[in-house]
Amino acid sequence: MAAAAPLLIVDGLRKDFPMRRRGLGAMFAGRRFVHAVNGVSFAVGHEETFAIVGESGSGKSTTGRMIARLIEPTAGTIAFDGADWLALRGRALRQARRQVQMMFQNPFNSLDPRWPVERIVAEPLVAHKMVPANRLRERVVDLLSSVGLGAQHLQRYPHQFSGGQRQRIGLARALASEPRLLVADEPVSALDVSVQAQVLTLLREIRRKHRLGMVFISHDLSVVRYISDRVGIMYLGELVEIGHTAEVFRQPRHPYTAALLASAPRPEPGRRGTRIALKGEIPSPMNLPPGCPFHPRCPVAEARCTREKPPIAENPPGRSVACHYPERAADVLGRALSARAAPVPP
Amino acid sequence: MEALLTVTDLVTEFATARGPLRAVDGASIEVGKGETVGLVGESGCGKTALGLSLLRLIEPPGRVAGGSIRLEGDDLLAKSDAEMRRLRGRKLSMIFQDPTSTLNPVVSIGKQIAELARTHRGTSRREARRLAIEMLGAVGIPSPAQRYNAYPHELSGGMQQRVIIACALLLGPQLVVADEPTTALDVTVQGQILDLLARLASGKSGTAVVLISHDLGVVAETCARVYVMYCGKVVESGPTERLLAEPLHPYTQGLLASIPKIDGNERALQAIPGTVADPLSPPTGCRFNPRCPHVMARCRTEAPKLRNQGGRAVACHLYA
Amino acid sequence: MPSADAAAPALTAEDELPRGGRRFLRELLRSPKGLTGFVLVLAVLLIALFAPLIATNDPAEQVITHRFLPPVWAEGGKWSHPLGGDNLGRDIFSRMVHGTRISVVVALIVISVIVVFGTAVGLASGYFGRLVDSILMRIVDFQLSFPFILLALLLLAILGKSFWTLVLALSVAFWVNIARLVRGETMRIRSLEFVQAARGIGVPEWRIIAGHILPNTLPALVVLATLDVAVIVLAEAAMSFLGLGIQPPTPSWGTMISDGRNYLYEAPWMTLAPGLGIMLTAIGINLLGDFLRDTYDPRMARR
Repeated sequence: MAAAAPLLIVDGLRKDFPMRRRGLGAMFAGRRFVHAVNGVSFAVGHEETFAIVGESGSGKSTTGRMIARLIEPTAGTIAFDGADWLALRGRALRQARRQVQMMFQNPFNSLDPRWPVERIVAEPLVAHKMVPANRLRERVVDLLSSVGLGAQHLQRYPHQFSGGQRQRIGLARALASEPRLLVADEPVSALDVSVQAQVLTLLREIRRKHRLGMVFISHDLSVVRYISDRVGIMYLGELVEIGHTAEVFRQPRHPYTAALLASAPRPEPGRRGTRIALKGEIPSPMNLPPGCPFHPRCPVAEARCTREKPPIAENPPGRSVACHYPERAADVLGRALSARAAPVPP
Repeated sequence: MEALLTVTDLVTEFATARGPLRAVDGASIEVGKGETVGLVGESGCGKTALGLSLLRLIEPPGRVAGGSIRLEGDDLLAKSDAEMRRLRGRKLSMIFQDPTSTLNPVVSIGKQIAELARTHRGTSRREARRLAIEMLGAVGIPSPAQRYNAYPHELSGGMQQRVIIACALLLGPQLVVADEPTTALDVTVQGQILDLLARLASGKSGTAVVLISHDLGVVAETCARVYVMYCGKVVESGPTERLLAEPLHPYTQGLLASIPKIDGNERALQAIPGTVADPLSPPTGCRFNPRCPHVMARCRTEAPKLRNQGGRAVACHLYA
Repeated sequence: MPSADAAAPALTAEDELPRGGRRFLRELLRSPKGLTGFVLVLAVLLIALFAPLIATNDPAEQVITHRFLPPVWAEGGKWSHPLGGDNLGRDIFSRMVHGTRISVVVALIVISVIVVFGTAVGLASGYFGRLVDSILMRIVDFQLSFPFILLALLLLAILGKSFWTLVLALSVAFWVNIARLVRGETMRIRSLEFVQAARGIGVPEWRIIAGHILPNTLPALVVLATLDVAVIVLAEAAMSFLGLGIQPPTPSWGTMISDGRNYLYEAPWMTLAPGLGIMLTAIGINLLGDFLRDTYDPRMARR
């Protein structure tokens, strides 16, 4: 997107969570791990919104938290604005955190219920001594008005606000430290549709006005289509497809992407009769299938897919897919959209 | 289509410290035999309260304060608790959003299903077990005979919801109320569950389904007719296809315009301005008036009635 | 332009309630349970504070003619000694009133010590986890496995009987529950997103603990501490009764009960008076603690 070097470069990021073994098994078997994130690589430009899409167990939230350094990666590198992001520690890290801020999914738990709004939004300003004490309130009011709230809200407490308003407060707080990158983890998933639209519109505008890069994590394809420039689709801890959002959605090159597009419910006429594109359920991340992790559910899998894991390959430039038969994805989408409901899987 | 369920002017209220809160304030719906009907709205619109009222599951401090609920002509509100208990499971059943809190965690899934047959029909233990295994298979649980003894926590969310559907449909009820049955599930599993529900309901039993959801997309794919609720009232209803193609009520229009499209276009989302009214002190006249782009003077003083317009109904002065 | 919400809609009844002191008073007046408890506790505190003004007779003074003097309502009683005299001729009423001081002082000192110490340990354990948690919790486990009486006897044997040994014994026995509660709350709160947000902002850890975690543990802590006070009062009385606590001639309700033990037929009022005192104090504190929990537990607050 930008001619300059990307704002964020993630390479080979992994996260393993140790499983606790109980009983006798713990003494004899080795340690087992949940491979929550299994080697993820992508880049985000300076004023770009990159979406990460996935269902449960995909590792998308974990990836977001690693970028915000709320969780430490097991392996891999992150370059932020050219510098080694993971090498920062202690005091240097705390100061650098200003640059990457997070927005959370749950509007109830993301604000301290015992703090008034003024204090919540001022927290970054105070922590980094960004503003002298006598100018603090003024700055907070500025931030609140940029998200559509006002001075009358300063002394109120979070429980007095609706979900949508709390997300705005969270956004104001995230903007306070003047970050370069915003990591938004399902920021609208817990909101009603009409409120969602307000917050999404706000986010888009803020990103543009403050010239932020954004990593937008979601499971909702229509929201992702609206807000993002590029998208990465995750499945079981890996990125299976990356590209420009409009293109990926129009012409998916991975069967999973096609299946997601097909399953997404659309409030449009002419949609009676649910289409099932995928059989089975998402396997547990503790027992990753051999070969391509998607093969047990893939409608177009071949023998090769059970043995050989497809590497993620960039072809054409700007578009990456991890599949042995990317040309078949269009088939999956077409089939699914025209089929009547298939019988329940055995 | 002969009406199986007729709800007329239902009022359900909850006592709060600040006075009674009318979660459902005069709503009427109709469900035909074997029909799947959607009840759609955002949080606080009263759809869940209405669903619970149908099965008389409203507990103090809430109560059904007015209106009638007739199942095949029989007034459910006049029935005693004992009579309702007999009806639930047999003629009426409900599916809730969160499978983990619906299933008993210390009883195996097979047993939970079998218990229903034994309690309501007095079936023998062996026969009940057979029925349960058959049902587990019908809802798509692999190796049902072995999985009979599995505990709920051993199953994924989608599988648990299948068990719940099995419980809800086991005794062949005439009506199933499904309250956000797929909201907690992944989107690729959601389609499977909705399809399962549709198939089983339309199958031999001809069960009617009231599907409660905030997701218009889900309703678009499963329901023949839909009711749109706002602030405790039904504001629009009609066949799903026509309602989606040509929404009449400004709220429905606003709702549809605020949903982003997968096929996308670059226009800005048109959010409905303002926020949902306080249910304890709703606006006078039409409850949507503070947010309505077509508001007229009349809207602020007079509440519009639900009027039929050729198979569809809408409560708006624009169509008076 | 971002769509502005003109005014935050009042979505819950909560926002009409003033926070802090005024809410406390309002809830208190609405609760018979809370009000009773509050009045009882306040009475005890005031009696303790103004003891010398209320009971003018010297609690330690032994007057032979007042031995087993009946209370004022019985035959032969005197108004100057409303509760009569004990086996050594000391004024029971005066001893009761001064004994309140002991109970209150011991309880307040002990509760302060255990709250400070227990909270510090609980916060450290809950926030830092792993090694720190393991070590601290093993200490807690070790201590819990000791019966209280045994612990008290051990300390007394080593340090000798005195007021401060009593305070120490009670503190050592009661800090663990507070530590465990605070630890549990800390662990729960630490995983909440506003704490993660604070970390993400770059707030130093001590600030997160002091500003976010500690204030959010307070509701549960206050309730537990209040109920613990009742238990401490009872424990002190028990220790004094056994002769392990307060030493004569200092009046303590426990020692008074002990003194009256042998004269239950001749002078039952010697035992009944302090017994009633302990009971009412404990009931008062428990009622108040229940009320606080009902009012401040966020899970129960929505009515």
